[in-house]
Amino acid sequence: MTDFTLNRLTWRAPLLTAAICVASTVAALAQQTTEDPVSALGTLVIWIPFILKGFWLNFVMSVLAMAFATVTGVLLGFMQISPNAVIRMPAKLVTHLFRNSPWLVILFAIMFLVPFQITLPGGDKILIPDWVKATVGFALPVMANISEILRGAVMSIPSGQWESAESLAFSRRQTLIYIILPQCVRRMIPPWMNWYALLTLMTPMAAILGVNEALGNTQAAMEAAGARPEFLIPFYLFLMTLFFIFIYPLSIYTRRLERRFAAGS
Amino acid sequence: MLDIIAPFFERLYETTGLNFSPFYDPYDWNRLLRGMWVSVELIIAIIALSLVIGVIGAGAQTSRIRAVRWLVAAYIEIFRNTPPIVQLLFFYFGLGAITPQVDMGGWYEPMIGSFGWAVIAIGIFGGSYNVEIFRSGVEAVPGTTVEAAEALGFTNFQIFVYVTLPLAFRFCLPALTNNIISLAKTSSLAYVIAVPEITYSLSGIWSDSVNVPEMMVLLFVYYIVLVAIIARLMSSLERRLALPGYGQ
Amino acid sequence: MITADNWTPDQPIVALHDVHKSFGENEVLKGIDLEVMKGEVICIIGPSGSGKSTLIRTINGLTPVTRGSVKVEGQEVHDPDLDKLALRRKVGIVFQQYNLFPHKTVLQNVMMAPVLVLRENKDEVRERARSLLAKVQLNGKEEAYPAELSGGQQQRVAIARSLCMRPDVMLFDEVTAALDPETVKEVLVAIKQLAGEGMTCVLVTHEMGFAREISDRVYFTDAGRIVESGPPAQIFETPKDPRTQEFLSKVL
Repeated sequence: MTDFTLNRLTWRAPLLTAAICVASTVAALAQQTTEDPVSALGTLVIWIPFILKGFWLNFVMSVLAMAFATVTGVLLGFMQISPNAVIRMPAKLVTHLFRNSPWLVILFAIMFLVPFQITLPGGDKILIPDWVKATVGFALPVMANISEILRGAVMSIPSGQWESAESLAFSRRQTLIYIILPQCVRRMIPPWMNWYALLTLMTPMAAILGVNEALGNTQAAMEAAGARPEFLIPFYLFLMTLFFIFIYPLSIYTRRLERRFAAGS
Repeated sequence: MLDIIAPFFERLYETTGLNFSPFYDPYDWNRLLRGMWVSVELIIAIIALSLVIGVIGAGAQTSRIRAVRWLVAAYIEIFRNTPPIVQLLFFYFGLGAITPQVDMGGWYEPMIGSFGWAVIAIGIFGGSYNVEIFRSGVEAVPGTTVEAAEALGFTNFQIFVYVTLPLAFRFCLPALTNNIISLAKTSSLAYVIAVPEITYSLSGIWSDSVNVPEMMVLLFVYYIVLVAIIARLMSSLERRLALPGYGQ
Repeated sequence: MITADNWTPDQPIVALHDVHKSFGENEVLKGIDLEVMKGEVICIIGPSGSGKSTLIRTINGLTPVTRGSVKVEGQEVHDPDLDKLALRRKVGIVFQQYNLFPHKTVLQNVMMAPVLVLRENKDEVRERARSLLAKVQLNGKEEAYPAELSGGQQQRVAIARSLCMRPDVMLFDEVTAALDPETVKEVLVAIKQLAGEGMTCVLVTHEMGFAREISDRVYFTDAGRIVESGPPAQIFETPKDPRTQEFLSKVL
């Protein structure tokens, strides 16, 4: 039954989105006065390649940030479950700090506190582009959450697994790598994918700091085309549709996985 | 308050260079307080709106009219799968441009200001999560309990108010807490449409006094304390509503 | 024809005629006729899946019938214009899974329906609820929450909750099936006491000894039909139908 409703949802929601978009563009067209040299929609079509170029950067930032967040998050998660308090406490602190702060605040912190260039030991200077800094800024909250997901997953493995591994003379390290982690990975995949989707949806915030991604380019395009108020609705709607087309299939797939894993356990 | 701490922070600035200007400069102090106050107001309004939308949406999802159910489903999918910052800009600039202006006795102001649009946009965004949260809470109420109420002659409305709602609310509290905390954090997005909440106030201070690291620390502390307070309030609510012996 | 207007207490208080019920393709009830007089205690026995629970649930309208007529005090239960409230104050039901409201105390569970549904005076209801709880041996448990009680205690609260509506007929749907063996008896004692006071009772049960002891008449159902009915001594000692004989030889 749930399967049925979900499948219905899968094709109806995008259909409705498309309908809403079309309706809004029609509304935008209706607003036009005849004196306008080019319609808002025509302007949008001209600028689409430019916006798509920006979107490519959103994609690159999201992938890099996710990779960085996954590696650091898993490490941090392991540190969180360490029996050694000197390792555990700082890991908990970092996790807590980045989980409970807003994305925007973390982004600001990285943008303003990390220097725009670093000097290598040899004396060479390397410029750090803003989009790289933004990528790190987006990775940090995801890192903290992956750390927490890992900790939660490890905690959810029954203690009998640890005990039987110990009785088989596994070390703590071996137990983690060969026994515990393989059981965690499966249940970590759906939340991991959810965080990727959320991360991607946060990347347009980089526009606030002047990164030329999709949102920045959309605003620049509207400006360049004459900054007419009737641009706003079609341009922003196009941008939302762009992200929707990318993220929606992903969240459908995540939900399927979640359901399958829930049924399997 | 400021009189007591000002000498300490002035000396701190002179000796170490750490410039916590809001703690000795009355002007910045007021900016900080106002930013915190607006932020709290904003968060409360956003949460309230998102809860109302969540309850209405969860109710509408059970509607017999197909079109209503589709609309709710589409609403959820659209707002959960597009960037919140673009949603906010779309509301503020896109819809803000076509909302009527109000005559303020000589000059004109938009009917909904930036604060209002931030509440609407982020509230609608958060509501899309609350609909699902409330729905799963309602689904967790055993059908047999509802049936017992039916057998005792309760009307559908009485069943909803006295049986389904109190139980569903308890079932969805943990998920609701998460979403409320996440919304409180998302409220900082209002910065981009210049709502004078804490992030905006402090960014004003750091561009005047060039004390970014210090203000950053304040900002982090503010949000961590805020999240801790919300978490504390919600867990005490959860404890108060806990049913003795239930779910153990 | 008997209707709500000309019904008198010497006519059947519950009357089922040619009741059919299908769930999709699956026909669960295939023409049931059954009559219960005021003050009678009726037990319905039979193998699992023979439609006993469906049958009892049609009496207060929880399960709508596909065809046929169900009358309580002359009133057609499945009339779409029926005042459901009037029916439900007349017919109480106790479920296998107790189905108490987990967020209300024992006393609140018992008081809720009379106060909210019948709009009765709260103090009167409270007094009645307390005496009903005392009757089912639950003094001192008024302020406990359902999850703090044993299954047998919860089931007795459920009985008191139904009785507080002052019904004319009580339905019991396998009320001991989910209980631990040691708490079954306390529930049966409560039902027996009720029957002794003249309450009209319809029970679906697997407790054959209890059915034999308490009932005025026993109905044996199999595959959606009533195979035979009669006084308990006859059904249990000299069953006529081979299906009844086979069933009883398995369970007794």
